[in-house]
Amino acid sequence: MRWESQPLLHVEHLTMRFGGILAIDDLSFAAGRGDITALIGPNGAGKTTVFNCITGFYKPTEGRIAFARKGLASSADVAALTTTGKRHAHMPSGDIYLLERMPDFEISAKAGVARTFQNIRLFQGMTVLENLIVAQHNPLMQASGWTVLGLLGIGPYNKREREAVDKAKFWLDKINLLDRADDAAGELPYGDQRRLEIARAMCTDPVLLCLDEPAAGLNPRESADLNQLLRNLRDEHNTSVLLIEHDMSVVMQISDHVVVLDYGTKIADGTPEAIRNDPKVIAAYLGVADEEEAQAIVGGGA
Amino acid sequence: MTAAPPRPQTLGEKLPQALRETIIAALIAAGLAFPIIALGAEPDINNQLALQTRWSWVFTTILLAAGARFLAFTLETMRSRFVAAAGLLCAAFGLGTWYFAGVADPLLIGGTIVAGAAAIALGYFIDGDADVAPKKRTTVSAQDDTSTALAFIGIGVLVAFPLVMLFAFGEAGSLKWINNYGVQILIFVMLGWGLNIVIGLAGLLDLGYVAFYAVGAYTYALLATHFQLSFWICLPLAGIMAAFWGVLLGFPVLRLRGDYLAIVTLAFGEIIHLVLLNWVELTNGEAGILSIPRITFFGIPFTAEENGFAATFWLEFSPIHRTIFLFYLILALALVTNFATLRLRRLPIGRAWEALREDEIACRSLGINTTNTKLTAFALGAMFGGFAGSFFAVRQGFVNPNSFTFMESVWILAIVVLGGMGSQIGVALAAIVMVGGTELLRELDFLKQLFGPEFNPVQYRMLIFGLAMVLMMIWRPRGFIATRTPSIFLKKRKAVAADLVGEGHG
Repeated sequence: MRWESQPLLHVEHLTMRFGGILAIDDLSFAAGRGDITALIGPNGAGKTTVFNCITGFYKPTEGRIAFARKGLASSADVAALTTTGKRHAHMPSGDIYLLERMPDFEISAKAGVARTFQNIRLFQGMTVLENLIVAQHNPLMQASGWTVLGLLGIGPYNKREREAVDKAKFWLDKINLLDRADDAAGELPYGDQRRLEIARAMCTDPVLLCLDEPAAGLNPRESADLNQLLRNLRDEHNTSVLLIEHDMSVVMQISDHVVVLDYGTKIADGTPEAIRNDPKVIAAYLGVADEEEAQAIVGGGA
Repeated sequence: MTAAPPRPQTLGEKLPQALRETIIAALIAAGLAFPIIALGAEPDINNQLALQTRWSWVFTTILLAAGARFLAFTLETMRSRFVAAAGLLCAAFGLGTWYFAGVADPLLIGGTIVAGAAAIALGYFIDGDADVAPKKRTTVSAQDDTSTALAFIGIGVLVAFPLVMLFAFGEAGSLKWINNYGVQILIFVMLGWGLNIVIGLAGLLDLGYVAFYAVGAYTYALLATHFQLSFWICLPLAGIMAAFWGVLLGFPVLRLRGDYLAIVTLAFGEIIHLVLLNWVELTNGEAGILSIPRITFFGIPFTAEENGFAATFWLEFSPIHRTIFLFYLILALALVTNFATLRLRRLPIGRAWEALREDEIACRSLGINTTNTKLTAFALGAMFGGFAGSFFAVRQGFVNPNSFTFMESVWILAIVVLGGMGSQIGVALAAIVMVGGTELLRELDFLKQLFGPEFNPVQYRMLIFGLAMVLMMIWRPRGFIATRTPSIFLKKRKAVAADLVGEGHG
């Protein structure tokens, strides 16, 4: 159970209120380093809200989100960091960030948490290659001497830009889009856009990759390719993955750990096998009436 | 630019080519130096002009150019060649002044500059053909051959423009062409390019751009009249001042988008206008600031006196000299703006601007600090506006608030929208059509015979351009050049169709 022995993300007592609506109610869970953690639940359960809190797009009403870029987020160190009032510190157990205190762009730039969106957010009018170069903005900005040296043509910018192109080529090759590098991102078919968004997030060198419904709208073949890609990210690129997904065949096949939300609270947390047989999960998905049919859906892809 | 022949490696192998280049440089220098330096008319004892020859100076110029070319060619990379050529130029300049001790003759200076420029230009063109700079020859950020050629032709036409006009229409007749068409259009080209950074690249709709133009103009006017600072000192100061105000405007409007942003920037433009009108102690109110020092040729005034430009260069005095100099000045400023913008597009900041226009939330998810990115766009756009304002002040000789009304902002905005947001060449075309079109209306005197003597076609310019805009929005809603050119490519640069490119959210 890596989410217990090697947690890199600790969400604790997360509460998010929008006016009178309680979207997330005292949610706590951990994600393990090197795991693919799936966040599932019926529509409106608050999954995307959790994502937006983790990646800084929402400021949580209450709660703490501790993230260890390196090492562990041990509870003693997280508590110590919380009292200092700082956002980030190198603690004995690891390199800890308190995400709820950080603005969204710093969560990506400093903590190393990248994300994709439910409704794809590519730079449609820029080419596939440009999308991946923009993702490497911060290292390139530094190489261009914060624009000043780059404008004068001094410094390592040209070299770094070539390296950035090489990295982009690597990821394009990985998602089989190398031939379309010079096409506008908006011209790609839907499935390719989904994969490109993942590749773009990977170009920021994330430690944790948050994917919001990556398999939505994919056909079974594309869905199988996606499984392959996500496993590859976990196994070969040391990237932990947190994903929201409705497609149970994806969830059950690739995830190491499943967290189930309903009405903003956690109703189950465990391995895919445990979740598949959890009566609470089955009830949440289809109501209690027809247990057999619910079993068929939740257990799909077994 | 594929498969250029490999470049000879050793000096011995390079020598024939180097000698050939040297001879070409010498020939070009000779061609340039002969009409400029060789002959001169100077008054003799009887105060009559006598023809004098200066063959030794011509010879020196040729030698310098040939030497510079040879040395430059033997050095490896293009950048070090530039440095070598520039260094040699400086050395030659120093040696020359020492050699002709005390004779601070502008001809010598001019000749050296011409020769040096020729050497550098030649070096540049040779580099374009040979595979000498692999750093720049990768697929990364390479320019298309045709567009480069077109750009050089365009610049060549612009450089030749005042001289051709002078030749074709004479001193009196060409003033209209150089001043009303040339300088006026170039000012708006530069303003359009400046605003293009804010609207076209970053997608922030700015309706108060004229405020920065005004800040630049008043900064120059105040510094020049109160502290007698020269144009070349005031120019960067005016740019910095305008950039500062750009950031000041940027901060409060960071959270605003679309219509709200447009309204606040519009208000900002009006505030600046009203401050200039009412802060009489500083700006002298409606009367404006008069008698701003006129432009000089690097210290040599354009006057009929003995130390004036005409006398120094053995020319007959004519007010057209100043106009021609102003033309080249604004041309240089506009080209600097263009060059900087094209370069910025290939730097991370430029790509971040375009990404911001496409999707701000995605930018933030990739770790881009959108606050800084927006402020930089405002600051840089404003800076170029400030440069243009500074030029405006030195050209007019006086500034008053009436030059910086909302209509000017609308005019610049219309140029950017008409040209195609984000397209440099489109904006230049739109400026030519809109500003040149207005000037052309003045020419239509024959219409008076049709509509009676009271008819003034210029009064209809707003009507005509309103109509033209409506038609444009129907037929080409994204402007003359609607497609977007990618800033980088792997195999082939493919233009991005207009309907995919975002317009920004404000």
